[in-house]
Amino acid sequence: MAKCWINGERWVEVKDAEGVDVVHLTVDDKEIAVSGGQTILEAVARMSGIGNIPALCYHPAVKPYGACRICTVEASEDGAKFKFVAACLYPVKEGLVVKTSTERVRKLRKGIIELLLARCPNVKKIQELAEEYGVEKPRFILGDQDCILCGLCVRACQEIIGKSAISMANRGIYREVAAPFYAYELSGDCIGCGDCAYVCPTGAIKMGPDGKPVLPRVKIPYAEIEAMMKKETVATS
Amino acid sequence: MVEQVRKLLEKRLGSAAELEDLRQSIIKKRDPNRTCISVCGGTGCRASGAEAVVDAFIDEIERRELQISVELKETGCHGFCERGPVVVIRPKRIFYQRVKPEDIPEIISETVLGGNIIERLLYEDPVTKEKITSEVDVPFYKKQTRTIFGANGEIDPTNIEDYIAIGGYSALSKVLFKMSPDKVVKEVKNSGLRGRGGGGFPTGKKWQSCRDAKGDAKYVICNADEGDPGSYQDRSLLEGNPHSVLEGMIIGAYAIGSHHGYIYVRNEYPLAVRHVRIAIEQAMDYGLLGEDILGSGFDFTVTINKGGGAFVCGESSALMTSLEGKIGEPKAKYVHMSEKGLWDNPSLLNNVKTWANVPLIINKGAKWYSQIGTAGSKGTMIFSLVGKINNTGLVEVPMGITLREMIYDIGGGIPNGKKFKAVQTGGPSGGCIPEKYLDTPVDFDELTKLGSMMGSGGMIVMDEDTCMVDIARYFIEFLKGESCGKCVPCREGLNRMSEVLGRITRGKGKQEDLKLLGDLAEVLKDGALCALGQTAANPTLTTLRYFEDEYIAHIDEKRCPAGVCRELIQYSIDPEKCEGCLRCFRECPTGSISGEKRQPHTINQGMCIKCGACYDICKFGAVIKR
Amino acid sequence: MDLVLDFPKVKAIVETYAEKVDSIIDSYADKKEQLISLLQDIQAEFNYLPQDVLIRISQRLDIPISQVFSVATFFRAFTLKPRGRHLLTVCLGTACHVRKGQRLVDKIERDYEIKPGETTEDMRFTLETVNCLGCCALGPVVVVDGKYESQMNAEKLDRVLKGYK
Repeated sequence: MAKCWINGERWVEVKDAEGVDVVHLTVDDKEIAVSGGQTILEAVARMSGIGNIPALCYHPAVKPYGACRICTVEASEDGAKFKFVAACLYPVKEGLVVKTSTERVRKLRKGIIELLLARCPNVKKIQELAEEYGVEKPRFILGDQDCILCGLCVRACQEIIGKSAISMANRGIYREVAAPFYAYELSGDCIGCGDCAYVCPTGAIKMGPDGKPVLPRVKIPYAEIEAMMKKETVATS
Repeated sequence: MVEQVRKLLEKRLGSAAELEDLRQSIIKKRDPNRTCISVCGGTGCRASGAEAVVDAFIDEIERRELQISVELKETGCHGFCERGPVVVIRPKRIFYQRVKPEDIPEIISETVLGGNIIERLLYEDPVTKEKITSEVDVPFYKKQTRTIFGANGEIDPTNIEDYIAIGGYSALSKVLFKMSPDKVVKEVKNSGLRGRGGGGFPTGKKWQSCRDAKGDAKYVICNADEGDPGSYQDRSLLEGNPHSVLEGMIIGAYAIGSHHGYIYVRNEYPLAVRHVRIAIEQAMDYGLLGEDILGSGFDFTVTINKGGGAFVCGESSALMTSLEGKIGEPKAKYVHMSEKGLWDNPSLLNNVKTWANVPLIINKGAKWYSQIGTAGSKGTMIFSLVGKINNTGLVEVPMGITLREMIYDIGGGIPNGKKFKAVQTGGPSGGCIPEKYLDTPVDFDELTKLGSMMGSGGMIVMDEDTCMVDIARYFIEFLKGESCGKCVPCREGLNRMSEVLGRITRGKGKQEDLKLLGDLAEVLKDGALCALGQTAANPTLTTLRYFEDEYIAHIDEKRCPAGVCRELIQYSIDPEKCEGCLRCFRECPTGSISGEKRQPHTINQGMCIKCGACYDICKFGAVIKR
Repeated sequence: MDLVLDFPKVKAIVETYAEKVDSIIDSYADKKEQLISLLQDIQAEFNYLPQDVLIRISQRLDIPISQVFSVATFFRAFTLKPRGRHLLTVCLGTACHVRKGQRLVDKIERDYEIKPGETTEDMRFTLETVNCLGCCALGPVVVVDGKYESQMNAEKLDRVLKGYK
């Protein structure tokens, strides 16, 4: 037996369906019942009015990745000890207690958005999130990128299309979405389907005039930003 | 060809009894009174010229035709790396240090043949000035409990019979014929063994969950991707006693029902790879690995995989994805690797030292093992004691020994009369512990309480000349270069922490920077995907907690108290002390020093790059650092 | 695959050493998950990862070229550009850092005008840094073509490097 939150407005008592693996959990003090085998984000996504969890690297068409970390929520299996987990990856369990908007969670999201805004100050989606979470001006040197490295384009090409025409090259702060050997004129593996541009949350990938996507070429190579930072040296007198 | 096959089949042991018989026959053949010269052949001593020492011994023994009466053994690391190349002569265990090839003829004629000690090669106690003859009396070794590492000095890692002679593979034999898999898991659980790779997770619990998990195949993995800068105990164990690790792995495989294992070794450890390869081949020849081990019907094979130069691959999920042929990106571990690991199969991953503890636990029993150590941390731990310390090397101590005992009694204190400042444990995931906590026992939970952690066993000692802000910056730079780049908190957060710390060490720090560092640290701790990111801020957080005064000096006064941060120091020459010897003039890489012979020299500040070469070379203390 | 980029044009590698290349690749025919080990063998053989060899690997082992490229750029053991005749690896692990290992890197940067990861114009030296070789008692350590040189300083470095043409 569970209470169901209908249409974002009222509670209704509903009997558990027969033969379905039902999991009862509590989200933001509301008890809900969902079918097992889902993640917290999936379970909550279909219930309006419960836990608005933001997500950037999540798309229902591909497997969850857990890269942006903005979907982090506080979860506890016993109701007492809470830990930070990514809602897009954590599986729902019987008796799970989830809090999606505590002060700590909001602080974490604010921190992540500040970092993303410093990296991509001109991306509309990030600016909207910044406004929602009260991030004004990042306390860092601003970059000028469009790509947030969510990996949706790479995963879409690999999982949906099965072609893997693009991938992530390098590691750490030098990571970028690239075609093999940085050949921006994509190879035969790319079929020009446009899925990568479709799933991109920031518009960093756009379809080009030749029917192939234009990858987010790094506008200011990271090495130059590092050089700019080092130039803030006090001249030795 | 038939001869070779027959020889191989002859070596193959088909039962526990055959192993025991072989062991007894090897021991009988060896004369315990025969002189045995063991030369340390670990990578560290090799870098000091150990290979030339070995060659010199071979030549001299041949020249004097002493092959029958004298045995020469090139062993693994003895642990006292500061004093390498190390030579130990048994049976008396005469300990010679800093041995050069030129010393060999004298060693042979005086000590081996004449029974005399060569004083100048002995270890001299810096305080009592006493010369110590036997290895067991050397203070460095006295306070250690070398239950695992001690074997390094006794065996030739490329000869399996040495390992068998000291009792090797008896634990495996016991397990295969006298214990059920459940009993093995129970024994490991009761011992209280916790992971030696950094996490400190109860090993028995991991084994149990892997045993219970369901999968088509199960895997056993040895994590030898020792990436913490300053740690080399795993390497030395693999170089010096690879069979102890193999034996542990086979026992683990039997316990969980696995038939294939991987040893993932760092790319930068060629000697370890070579010795493990030889060990695997020999174990296969002797029927101790491969099909039908010791005639028990149990099969198990091992593959060696080399890392590609990525610290993040020391993280268990990243290690497994790189074994699958992909980039080393960690995954969320909401479902443990012991249930869904390599190719989504149950995988038991443990550190080199953890595996090496297993044969000991089986042979001596969980009860014996759990009597060593503290309530929460059982057994011994192998540390690499390095940095500003007199006796640099690898030490094995029981858990519970205090940091003070390690640094002063075993380590011999700080060199050059300098003052101790901090000890860094746990590598880039750990923290810096100041003097007031030196009486803390070495224990997983005690170290975590201080904001640091046990980690893989790195212990780096720092003195008054170390700038703690520079150390924080160093670790952040290291992790920034090693971050896989998948998640935002780690990739962007480390980058920005490096930006802030860089500013502070260059004298451009702002008041708000301390809060900014704290905020970034929180984003990393709460938001990062894997343990690399989650613990990345620890060095910074501990230095902020215990050495805040240094940060404030950098920010408010634009001063580096330890005199390290280049933009904040200035070198000048005191004309009263300068003797005009031109030494600094010759050392200076940028030609910033001018002066005539016997005239005081001066440094052109505009050209000076603050490298400190003049400061180091001046014999008169005339170079001032401010 | 006809790609336009600033990587060294080395179609010659596969053509010239076809047998060698194929024998290395084919030894991994049923072990494509050991891609990293395969790349290490190629790197050891040619001193870098030639672009056309990577494409050949992708074709023969049926691994998407984007994945091979991803792996080749992720790990520090690999380089897509040819290395110099001699490899200088300076250890910058914590113990060597505390013993001023950075100074050796600075010196090489000044004397030979290369930063870590770069090669001199005359292809004589390539400079790399590594985070701990595990010889902490002997720091600072520099490895030249696999030979470990311990307790290095500026003077010793000059002497040692003179011997490497």
